[in-house]
Amino acid sequence: MAPWLEAKMLGCERDDRQLFDQLSFAVGEGDIVRIAGPNGAGKSTLLRILVGLSSSYSGDLYWQGQPMGRARYDFLDNLLYLGHSPGVKANLTAEENLAWNCQQASRTEIFEALESVGLRGYEDIQTSSLSAGQHRRVALARLYLHPPKVWILDEPFTAIDKAGVGRLEQTVINHAQQGGLVVLTTHHDLAVPVKTIDLGSSDFKPTEREGGIE
Amino acid sequence: MSISPKPQLSLTATMKALFKRDILLAFRARGDLLNPLMFFLMVTSLFPLAVTPDPVFLGKIAPGVIWVGALLATLLSLDLLFKSDYEDGSLERMLLMPQPTLFLILTKVFVHWLVSGLPLALIAPLLGLMLGLPDGGYLPLFISLLLGTPVLSLLGAIGAGLTVGLRKGGMLMPLLILPLYIPVLIFAASAVQSGSQGQPFVGQLAFLGAYLAFTLAICPLAASAAIRISVAR
Repeated sequence: MAPWLEAKMLGCERDDRQLFDQLSFAVGEGDIVRIAGPNGAGKSTLLRILVGLSSSYSGDLYWQGQPMGRARYDFLDNLLYLGHSPGVKANLTAEENLAWNCQQASRTEIFEALESVGLRGYEDIQTSSLSAGQHRRVALARLYLHPPKVWILDEPFTAIDKAGVGRLEQTVINHAQQGGLVVLTTHHDLAVPVKTIDLGSSDFKPTEREGGIE
Repeated sequence: MSISPKPQLSLTATMKALFKRDILLAFRARGDLLNPLMFFLMVTSLFPLAVTPDPVFLGKIAPGVIWVGALLATLLSLDLLFKSDYEDGSLERMLLMPQPTLFLILTKVFVHWLVSGLPLALIAPLLGLMLGLPDGGYLPLFISLLLGTPVLSLLGAIGAGLTVGLRKGGMLMPLLILPLYIPVLIFAASAVQSGSQGQPFVGQLAFLGAYLAFTLAICPLAASAAIRISVAR
């Protein structure tokens, strides 16, 4: 069976700086993949390229063996992407946000998801009056609402408290154990062994940077 | 595989959900919506004070004054079309939905017209009365605004989409969009002018209708491409 998400000779240059070059990997069912690298190494950029938000790259992307261009809608159907700004509307309540973000979810399911991220009792409050961490949790609640197979998460642990991080980590692990794929960037060390894609550790040798699965 | 399959969502369900969301957001930020309307009211009501209180003269310039006011008011409201969605990441989310983006953009533009263009059309006859618009002018005024303001919103979506990522895009968007607005202004004001002089005005309105059909077909596509560029940075 073809791997779910495959990159061949991926390269990206930004502002005359080679972020990564000849990056090839294939990930699929049950994988937790961590994109590692220092600040500015291009971790978020790589995620944006993977989901198709950025098209300034060289190389090829495949979804289940098919070129991404052809399989795009099928890929999007299976994708949950949480970026730096995860699309939580400040003027909507937590419940309204989730109702829009996951339209097939029933009210009970939304309440359960909010309970899972510790926001039970906050569903009627506009997210503008929530704290940064709670704001983030509203976005993360999507992980509990009919989650699709592929999760691509950009710094999911940011602004989350210790207990929340533990729970979120467990959710990520459970998802992988149930056959899902999680690609994430984080500086937090996960409790289970994960695949790592290292985007290099130096800002001084832009030409020698080469990534690969360890 | 124990992950339950996601129930499939139809395009219309998503558009409905987006429609509801945007109406709700517009309602929550009523103040922002009132600004263009207030601007429209102020511009037109200052004319009699500044030019002349003579109703005959005012009646002659009323079509142009009302339409210029409506056009500038729409231009003011366009800034808000994608701004907040861009800033909080909702626009990215929309690009990554398994539905074609252009229909989502179309829905957003429709809501924008409902809360900005339609009120302009509804209030315009009142302003016509204030400016002494001759009796024959009201019907073409109302219809030309009904046909013309959606065109303004649709064309504006392209400009708003292109400039949403710019920090200092303030002056750029009007420059991009204004040339495309000119035909609307000319034909709409001419329709009202003809109507108030008792002449037929169907031709001008037919042009507006054709322009609306054209922009309806082209603009959502162009706007979603513009947004894709803005989001990709």
